Amino acid sequence: MTSTIDGSEIGARLRAGDLGAAPLALNVLESSAPADRERSAALQRALSPAALGHEADGHLIGITGPPGAGKSSLLSELVAAWRRRERTVAVLAVDPSSKRTGGALLGDRARISFDPRDEGVLIRSTAAAGRLGGLAPATREAALALAAAFDVVVVETVGVGQSETDVAELADTVAVVVQPGSGDTLQFLKSGIMEVPDVLVVTKADLGDIALRARRDLSAALRSIGGRRTRVLAVSALPPASGIDELVEALDEHRARVDLPARRLRSRRAAALAEFGAEHGERGLRALGGARAAQRLLDAADPGADAPTLVRLLERQAAIA
Amino acid sequence: MSHRLPDRDEPWIMRTYAGHSTAAKSNELYRSNLSKGQTGLSIAFDLPTQTGYDPDDELAHGEVGKVGVPVAHRGDMIALLDGIPLDRMNTSMTINATAAWLLALYVVAAEEQGVPQEALSGTTQNDIIKEFLARGTYAFPPEPSMRLIADMIAYAVEHVPKWNPVNICSYHLQEAGATPVQEIAYAMSNAIAVLDAARRRVPAELVPAVFGRISFFVNAGVRFIEEHAKLRAMSILWEELGRERYGVEDPKALRFRYGVQVNSLGLTESQPENNVQRIVLEALAVTLGRDARARALQLPAWNEALGLPRPWDQQWSLRIQQVLAYETDLLEYPDVFEGSKVMDGLVAELLDGARAEMAAVAEHGGAVAGVDYMKAALVDSHRERLRRIESGEQVVVGLNRFAESEPSPLLEGPGGGILTVDPRVEVEQRAAIERWRAERDSAAAEAALAELARVARAPEENIMPATIAAARAGVTTGEWSRALRAAFGEFRAPTGVGEAAAALAGNDELAALRDEVERVSEALGRRVKILVGKPGLDGHSNGAEQIAVRARDAGMDVVYEGIRLTPAQIAASALQEGVHVVGLSILSGSHRELIPAVMAELARRDVDVPVVVGGIIPDADVELLRAAGVAAVYTPKDFDLTRIMRDVVALVAQWHGAGTPA
Ligand code: B12
Ligand SMILES: Nc1nc2c(ncn2[C@@H]2O[C@H](COP(=O)(O)OP(=O)(O)OP(=O)(O)O)[C@@H](O)[C@H]2O)c(=O)[nH]1
Ligand SMILES: [Mg+2]
Repeated sequence: MTSTIDGSEIGARLRAGDLGAAPLALNVLESSAPADRERSAALQRALSPAALGHEADGHLIGITGPPGAGKSSLLSELVAAWRRRERTVAVLAVDPSSKRTGGALLGDRARISFDPRDEGVLIRSTAAAGRLGGLAPATREAALALAAAFDVVVVETVGVGQSETDVAELADTVAVVVQPGSGDTLQFLKSGIMEVPDVLVVTKADLGDIALRARRDLSAALRSIGGRRTRVLAVSALPPASGIDELVEALDEHRARVDLPARRLRSRRAAALAEFGAEHGERGLRALGGARAAQRLLDAADPGADAPTLVRLLERQAAIA
Repeated sequence: MSHRLPDRDEPWIMRTYAGHSTAAKSNELYRSNLSKGQTGLSIAFDLPTQTGYDPDDELAHGEVGKVGVPVAHRGDMIALLDGIPLDRMNTSMTINATAAWLLALYVVAAEEQGVPQEALSGTTQNDIIKEFLARGTYAFPPEPSMRLIADMIAYAVEHVPKWNPVNICSYHLQEAGATPVQEIAYAMSNAIAVLDAARRRVPAELVPAVFGRISFFVNAGVRFIEEHAKLRAMSILWEELGRERYGVEDPKALRFRYGVQVNSLGLTESQPENNVQRIVLEALAVTLGRDARARALQLPAWNEALGLPRPWDQQWSLRIQQVLAYETDLLEYPDVFEGSKVMDGLVAELLDGARAEMAAVAEHGGAVAGVDYMKAALVDSHRERLRRIESGEQVVVGLNRFAESEPSPLLEGPGGGILTVDPRVEVEQRAAIERWRAERDSAAAEAALAELARVARAPEENIMPATIAAARAGVTTGEWSRALRAAFGEFRAPTGVGEAAAALAGNDELAALRDEVERVSEALGRRVKILVGKPGLDGHSNGAEQIAVRARDAGMDVVYEGIRLTPAQIAASALQEGVHVVGLSILSGSHRELIPAVMAELARRDVDVPVVVGGIIPDADVELLRAAGVAAVYTPKDFDLTRIMRDVVALVAQWHGAGTPA
């Protein structure tokens, strides 16, 4: 942990597919210590599209939904299904615990089973900085970096209604997960509060009729708002699990048709803006002429630039650094 | 009614919960206990047997013969019961996930003695919901687990009519921190779930018989007046449930029958001799009032919090029962609380509370669906219990008050006053099971397993006949369980910690600790992150849960994945999560094997973080753990959790070069 390997070397190891470098990479990316900020920037630079020559190959998937919907249990099955297909998987589980004491009980990991001898799976838990649906400070950077090494990178967040936008900005494919009998999601969809997800998953199909009904209602709601391409699937994570292979296919299908460079660009820019905001707050944003102006600046920047480079660009503009 | 009984009552059944090392050794122990006036058997199985692994399974490493007797096949059961007349013995088996299997072995061992199953009497604990909530020796997911229970009930009412196929347990709930109200409410909700499942499996006319065969296993704490009231409340609720929900009318079937192990959670490591007084008072709670007197009683020993009891320690506890039953006038009177305003008031209070809590469980979908809810509630209650002890609101003599003491002569002598199991036992048992497999008729065993696998996948069939056939055919405990795991899948119970209520407001000490956690986190660049791990088959989760919750309340990020992890799993999690410190909790007595194994797995992955250990660690073993690289060891006498956390943060700061407090 006190390792001093420099950032570009960690980046190079990830690029070369050395998954063993991932935990260290995350330690560095999550750290706010001044020395680690340098290393973190170098690491991200080494994995930027400019350095790679293309967008990182990994499939960035957002799994989001209300508390207790069954996201982690579903992930446990998905991880196994991906491993059967010989895909490597990283899971970044973001816990929404309230931050009254600053500390958090990171509970998702307990639900995701893995074989400790299998180096093709990495699970990392982090605490969101308080907001429901929010990401932990380094989730974006972490997901983008790991996408250069793992075949699949999943981010689990808690989200209800509008709050899943953060993960939507980050992921190539967003799966919204709901459990049967939760009318909220239906209402949010119908009223347009919630963006149309790429894939909609109804969990706990083992509960029978109530799950079937939920699936039917959600499909109807999606049709009524024009979300025809969104697949609605029913799954169960309870043994014997069901619907998992179909979900893997639906996620693959979406990935095949998504405009990857556009999504990734959006993700890096969102990461830069969030990082800038976290670092310099409202004052920093005002110095740029507000959030919209900042967004315009980012839109005009080099599409291959990594997030730290974009942050520095904003800082220069705001005459901070 | 006269204030005297015409005839003195018969005493309750007196048992000692025992078993260790091997079937043959445990048989010797049982015979010696019976010769001392014990009147029933209570078998403690080792953790591999309870969770369905053979002695040579990777997961059994360090656990074979430790906290109970290993029973891997028919041969072991026959040896265990050798010379004990099963037609006259009343045997209680603390067995749950693998209860169907152990009952089958018992039936087959009886056959061998020429005793038909109809003549057997005793109890299989067989209560899975409390395993999910408190005890941790589950193996299969909830639904197939409930099916196994229902199968056993259906089989027993017809073929083993004097057997109690299920013992609904509230004992373990109190040991996990339950209040009296929670203990009553969760046990009754659990009974409802079991009876509802059984009702689907037996003809309607047998439902009263089924109801009459359900017995309870209850706890009694040191607040013995209230505890007695609890038992009276339970018998009222039980009768009500029988009449109203299950249409039972026979007064005999409606009677609340229960056995007891008295509270052990409150027994201390500090000044352990005081535990004797506690045990006596707790025994009174379940014997004093005739209307709610226990049918069977087993008492823990004075050295409960130190380690496993030796025969002499258990003898002392048996003598407590005998003094109570044979020397005092306890058994000469009708119910001494009849007409007591205090008792009636307490009972009414508990009934109100319990009914409300039962309604809450029902709202969560009943006891099976409500496991998450009940588990979180228990973790919360336990947190409150510890807060009261730490603050001194709840006095524990010799621990948080009157702590000064002369050195105890009881702890002198070799072994420090506890029983230790020879590690060679495991090696021998591994060899023995290989021999067993080599010598049996393997075609017969294969065929029996195939039939078992088929029945497991046919939920409308009863698992018992195929299980008994497998027992006869020489199948092993691990094989039986593996066949069922393949059919049913596996399961991990909830930890309850995430849902435990928001952080304690806390006191000045906790506030100061939070400041220090902030300072160290700032210096490290990341919030202090701790992994709380439970290696091995150990199901004692209380300590780990409370440590995890307190670490969170102190401001740390906490990864706690629950019980029953391998050393490799713990080390992999520590690496992947990038934690600053690993805390291991172990109470199963397997620390000599498992802690060094975790250290080795961490080293193999180059995880360079401090490791602290807590649990039942005899003084004699502390050096061994330190030599393996453990930075600090905590035991029950270290009751101040905030203080423990302060040590941990200081250790993190020192290890990772984050300086010392200003
Ligand atoms: C409560 C209890 C139970 C409960 C557990 C409920 C639960 N969910 O935890 C129940 C009733 C289920 C139970 C069952 C069994 N038990 Co039990 N149980 C106890 C008991 C009475 C108290 C333990 C406890 O919870 N204390 C309260 C907590 C808060 O204290 P603690 O864990 O010690 O933690 C403190 C410190 O140790 C330290 N600490 C602990 N962990 C950690 C971790 C870190 C990181 C740090 C820093 C500190 C730390 O900090 C805490 C604060 O003081 C002890 C005896 C005793 N009085 O200690 C026996 C005891 C542990 N049980 C024992 C046995 C044998 C069993 C069984 C295996 C019996 C059997 N054959 O079936 C079963 C099976 C359990 C299983 N699946 O493994 C033995 C173990 C023998 C040994 N080690 O040699 C004991 C010692 C009793 C005895 N003398 O025989 N048990
Ligand atoms: N019946 C049934 N229960 C499930 C299923 N999946 C999850 N559960 C249960 O639902 C509860 C929540 O499951 P999790 O997987 O932790 O849900 P989550 O959405 O990750 O929860 P948070 O991360 O806390 O928001 C647990 O009690 C699970 O056992 C399923 O397919 N069927
Ligand atoms: Mg989750």
